[in-house]
Amino acid sequence: MDISLSSVLSQIMLGLNNGAFYALLSLGLAVIFGMLNVVNFAHGAFYMLGAFVALIGLDYLPRLLGSEAFGLGFWPALVVAPVLVGLIGVAVEKTMLRRLYQVDHLYGLLLTFGLALIFEGVFTNYFNVAGEPYGGKPPILDGAVNLGFMFFPRYRLFSIALSLAVCLAVWFVIERTRLGSYLRAGTENPDVARAFGIDVPMLRSLTYFLGVALAGLAGVVAAPIYSVSPKMGADLIIVVFAVVVIGGMGSIMGAILTGLALGLIEGTVKVFYPPLANTVIFIVMALVLLWRPTGLFGKEI
Amino acid sequence: MHARLTTLALACAMTAPALASAAGGPLKIGILTDMSGVYAGVGGKGSVIAAEMAAADFGGKVLGRPIQIVFADHQNKADIGVGKAREWFDTQGVAMINDLTNSGVGIAVQRLGTEKKRVTINNGAGSTALTNKECGPYGVHYAYDTYALAKGTATALMKQGQGSWFFLQADYAFGQSLQNDAANIVTAMGGKVLGTVKHPLSTTDFSSYLLQAQNSGARVVGLANAGGDFVNAVKQAKEFGLKQTLVGLLVFDTDVKALGLATAQGMKFTTAYSWELNPEMEAFGKKFFAKAGFMPNMTQAGVYSSTMHYLNSVKAAGTDEADAVMKKMRAMPINDFFAKKGVIRADGRMVHDMYLVEVIKPSESKGPWDQLKLVATISGDTAFKPLSASECPLIKK
Repeated sequence: MDISLSSVLSQIMLGLNNGAFYALLSLGLAVIFGMLNVVNFAHGAFYMLGAFVALIGLDYLPRLLGSEAFGLGFWPALVVAPVLVGLIGVAVEKTMLRRLYQVDHLYGLLLTFGLALIFEGVFTNYFNVAGEPYGGKPPILDGAVNLGFMFFPRYRLFSIALSLAVCLAVWFVIERTRLGSYLRAGTENPDVARAFGIDVPMLRSLTYFLGVALAGLAGVVAAPIYSVSPKMGADLIIVVFAVVVIGGMGSIMGAILTGLALGLIEGTVKVFYPPLANTVIFIVMALVLLWRPTGLFGKEI
Repeated sequence: MHARLTTLALACAMTAPALASAAGGPLKIGILTDMSGVYAGVGGKGSVIAAEMAAADFGGKVLGRPIQIVFADHQNKADIGVGKAREWFDTQGVAMINDLTNSGVGIAVQRLGTEKKRVTINNGAGSTALTNKECGPYGVHYAYDTYALAKGTATALMKQGQGSWFFLQADYAFGQSLQNDAANIVTAMGGKVLGTVKHPLSTTDFSSYLLQAQNSGARVVGLANAGGDFVNAVKQAKEFGLKQTLVGLLVFDTDVKALGLATAQGMKFTTAYSWELNPEMEAFGKKFFAKAGFMPNMTQAGVYSSTMHYLNSVKAAGTDEADAVMKKMRAMPINDFFAKKGVIRADGRMVHDMYLVEVIKPSESKGPWDQLKLVATISGDTAFKPLSASECPLIKK
């Protein structure tokens, strides 16, 4: 195989695209683990829910209500789907997860894994397993831009920009604002935080809302590229967990940087030796954990 | 309601003491399929419904015994599939196993059938190994195989002068078999294969592979994968503006539905069944739709047809003993909506006509499932690998 500079550059662009996407998904997972100590196995299912809210809003809602005017377009879906999915998350947190904060994380993991199976099962029952097309991509994002070495779809440029902007915004809110410091205080030392008059249970709900809403947002962004299917979360969740583990469980910046880096590594491997592409992430994970058991940006135990 | 009844039936089947195939007990047919994974749309629930319809249409009884359909999920794992099949044969008295979506599972269960002297019918699995090196005296390969799919589609494109190919191949037995069969036809007809890239099963992002296909300069990009992989590859090819002709070598009606006509229009592929091809197929499709809520694909239609043929053979043989039933199954031609003068050969291949179809334009579609038109009928004797070329040990002289 001849490997030209332009093909390497193209693969790097694609790697960056996947990396931004991994970062967005793993960010929510890192927020939930870092703040709540919950290993949120339902993250993939919430991502799938986000995509389905966009699809149902666009295709099913107008049919149900009998008028095109009720269709939920792509731009509103970017806001509505994360909020709706986040609210489902809050319901889960308030009724189930809340009871498990005092016990080992394993219980949270089992609960969220079970929820993921239930969500997937319900959607598999009602929707085409092969997936359904999402036709809501805005016309302004159609077509491709000439980057000199390749034509890059405009929608993908948009998704890179959006993912990075959201990642940085979340990092900023958690690490640099007063609300962020409340969130961190409420989870690091709930008793002291409570003594200062902070409503800790509310903050926990808010944190879970934020993490889950990020997964929902990623689902909407993914809908026009991949087909919307009940399995879409299950296919990705393992990679996303690997990203969070490599970055350091709970580290926000770790999740963002590792997501990007792994996308790039994966993209490069696809040029030189495609069969290794899906495994390379786990090889990196094994090497990193041998060297730093808490991950690249994790706190030392 | 239907599904619930079946579950109940299965639960009873599991708790009831082994009745074996003793006269008087029910005749049990097992549907072993993927109920929840990547191929659940290929077989799955639809295959169970199809088998139940066949049992009901047959009259619910054969040789004075009630017909009972049981099902299980093999989860696309050969060990789980064989474990279930063994339990069915040894303790539940299941006489025949049908569907077997996934070649890995299908081959393993067919081997078990040879050992246990029970009929196994592969409908969802595609690998031609089932009727070649892996053939068995009680194994039937019914709906389609990778040779027939590749033959129909690749030949049609080669005739249009599209002679240079690049393949995207799902990296396991089935993708290998499909790519091989298509590449052989391309080279035999004077075409060139410029390269193949293998991707892991259940890949979400195909963009890198598609760029390699684009850079290869081939006129045709052949997709030797299925289900979700096929759908994602096609969607992303459109997104990146691939100018080449995209060809799906194994496409189900459900995949076309998943892509939408706007994306899939103009694609040609080979199939064994589609409800739109003729009035008889349509009648079955509509009847199935009323039960299932979706149109059947070629696997599910094959499950119905083969279950019916099996029941007719049991009736004609007067027993469910596998040797006698297989003798009748081979001797009696299949004449129904699925196949005209279909014949089960010595290597287990059921030979019938295949169809080259094309996805219509959105403007031509009259309803949600109106998506294909017939381009050509490929007669059975040219569609399938000839018996003389079969490597099945059973027919070695």
